[in-house]
Amino acid sequence: MISLAGRDILQAWGKFVFTGVGLGLLIGVTLSMAGIYRGMIDDAKVLLDNSSADLWVVQKDTLGPYAEPSSIYQDTWRGIRGMPGVARTANVTYLTMQVRQGERDVRAMIAGITAGEPGTPGWPPYLVAGRQITRSHYEAVADIASGFELGDRLQIRRNHYTVVGLTRRMVSSGGDPMIFIPLKDAQEAQFLKDNDAILQSRRRTEANPAFNKPGSPDLLGAVIDSQTTNTYVNAVLVQIEDGYSHDDVAESIRRWKRLTVYTRAQMEEILVGKLIATSAKQIGMFLVILSMVSAAIVAFIIYTLTLGKIREIAVLKLIGTRNRTIAGMILQQAIALGVIGFVVGKIVATLFMAPIFPKYVLLEPLDSIFGFIAVVLICVLSSVIAIYAALKVDPAEAIG
Amino acid sequence: MKHLPIQGRTLALLVVIVPLLALFVYVGLRSGPLAPVAITVMTVESRAITPALFGIGTVEARYTYKIGPTFAGRVKNLEVHVGDQVTAGQVLGEMDPVDLDDRLRSQQAAFRGAQAALREAQTRQTYAQTQVGRYKRLFAAGSTSDETLNTKQQELAIAAASLSAAHENLARIRSDQEALVTQQKNLQLIAPHDGVVASRDTEPGTTVVAGQAVLELIDPESVWVNVRFDQISAAGLAKDLPARIVLRSRSGQTLSGGVLRVELKADAVTEEMLAKVIFDELPQPLPPLGELAEVTVDLPALPFAPTISNAAIRRDGNSVGVWQIVDEELRLTPVTLGVTDLDGSVQVRNGIKEGDQIVLYSEQALTSRSRIEVVERIPGVSK
Repeated sequence: MISLAGRDILQAWGKFVFTGVGLGLLIGVTLSMAGIYRGMIDDAKVLLDNSSADLWVVQKDTLGPYAEPSSIYQDTWRGIRGMPGVARTANVTYLTMQVRQGERDVRAMIAGITAGEPGTPGWPPYLVAGRQITRSHYEAVADIASGFELGDRLQIRRNHYTVVGLTRRMVSSGGDPMIFIPLKDAQEAQFLKDNDAILQSRRRTEANPAFNKPGSPDLLGAVIDSQTTNTYVNAVLVQIEDGYSHDDVAESIRRWKRLTVYTRAQMEEILVGKLIATSAKQIGMFLVILSMVSAAIVAFIIYTLTLGKIREIAVLKLIGTRNRTIAGMILQQAIALGVIGFVVGKIVATLFMAPIFPKYVLLEPLDSIFGFIAVVLICVLSSVIAIYAALKVDPAEAIG
Repeated sequence: MKHLPIQGRTLALLVVIVPLLALFVYVGLRSGPLAPVAITVMTVESRAITPALFGIGTVEARYTYKIGPTFAGRVKNLEVHVGDQVTAGQVLGEMDPVDLDDRLRSQQAAFRGAQAALREAQTRQTYAQTQVGRYKRLFAAGSTSDETLNTKQQELAIAAASLSAAHENLARIRSDQEALVTQQKNLQLIAPHDGVVASRDTEPGTTVVAGQAVLELIDPESVWVNVRFDQISAAGLAKDLPARIVLRSRSGQTLSGGVLRVELKADAVTEEMLAKVIFDELPQPLPPLGELAEVTVDLPALPFAPTISNAAIRRDGNSVGVWQIVDEELRLTPVTLGVTDLDGSVQVRNGIKEGDQIVLYSEQALTSRSRIEVVERIPGVSK
């Protein structure tokens, strides 16, 4: 049996393939958009994965440490460590800021990690180069997305840090690369004011007669010292011993320590459901619009292709070809076009769009399969109009 | 030959479609979850490591002398300024005596008055003594009454008591006077030790309270670094270990020193251990007190043992391990870690042995089912 569709495609395959490639670019953009949406959610999830925590203990009634500011005393972990079911605890601070290196600066999330050995909660779980931090001050492990290299000297506030290790895919929920530094330095970076501000604050304290009494000369020094100390962290990361329920341990910390505790599921809900909700919806909306536009364009292309062959279809009808055959031809062509478009789209999205896009683009295979089904469905639906037009054609047009 | 044009077209179409499909398959397999994870491997080697401890501290003086008055008063003058070398016993300044001189003159007058009172009491006592002698003789001759003799004896006893009271009073006033003289000397601010003036906290004319420091002297020979080590990484910190000191203002210069002592009291709030590190040779010019210093304390070298990089360590649940490559398969081998040095080398007590192949870096978190691809360098990392 002769395939009418195949014959027709071979007749002008260049035009057909190029149409398919054009459609592919459009599908590529749509797939990338889905990838961006997945990437945003993945950014939020890797942030939680990389902290390797089971529970996040934060300031009471806050959504910290990622979605809201939270500060708790740095010795809170001691009480939590003693609770039943707690295997490991670690203080952590997070601060998003511009990190300077020479002339340029990079927006990054600074994570302050407790001293200890690799594997402590909060530490980067794997590296792509260099080593983990060994000194308790002035060393940094940076994400490769920040553009920093091993041995670079970074400036965070007033101190300089040497990059000793590089990570990959360690990003904040906003997609900013993370830079890990020792906790004590990070506390200083987060809470210590700049030198001018400290000087101003000292002057103000000196000018306040309540603090600068002639009768008690040591009071001023004590007040100034107390102003510049900092004993806060943003959260305590908790790992739970095997055999204990995360919810039970969380509940007992909530009850007895009067702090807010989030489990992994709750944290994901905060990050995905609250922190990136608006931008995710925005991307989702774009995805929907783009899909609709793609569908309309596919329908338009197939309709135009069919109208271009209207004379040949009239001849086919004239020689008594059955309607089914004609409809089949158009349908097969539409699906072939869709398949070429999808293949090109997938390649374009993976090889060209994902690597150059500034944000992380996660192309999931399942999304691709759904995308393929959607493309084929859209093509089938779009061909309906074309089939309708082809069937309505008057065989007399072949000669008229 | 009739079919050739069609075959030609088919061929051309295949030329376009087949590479496209091949590319598609490649893309499908090389990206996303199906793609192999790029890893680099390292061979566990046995070597000796020299662990070290890293801490930061501030430059401080072991001997600081805070010099000030022992009672509230006004500073009259100060002879020295910050940076001046002083010797032990040197007068550095003086407090305003206010009414002290007047009180001293008053005490001197009182002293002279007491001396006069003493002379008066002595005269009275001598007279009473004479009278008692006279009346004794008269009584023996029977020319006076017993009562009169008794009266005279009583007068003598009173005069003797008055004399001793006058003695005591004189002694009291002398002591009072001496106390004032001591106080007057105490108005001088005197250097207790050779040293350098580190700060001059008040200026002449300022009223200070008792015990408030007016000047601060330090002994420059006694400059040391008060270093803080995180408790979690301070194992092995001990007296007499060699140390390398880098001052913040001289970051290119490493000074040698040693641990003088490890404090018995740690900082409970900051979870740090404290130690005092002294310079082998005092840097000149002297670093300012309070300057930040980075201190590296070298611990004794350890014997040979299997050593890995700390970048290879992974945690899985409650165990620490490394991804070992056995017959091309990934296996998370639990290890017991030993000592780490500052370059990130960790000795492994048990779990793996020399010559084992383990994963050093990986592109993403690994699982035992991950497809791996061993590379020289993880993509994206520059040389």
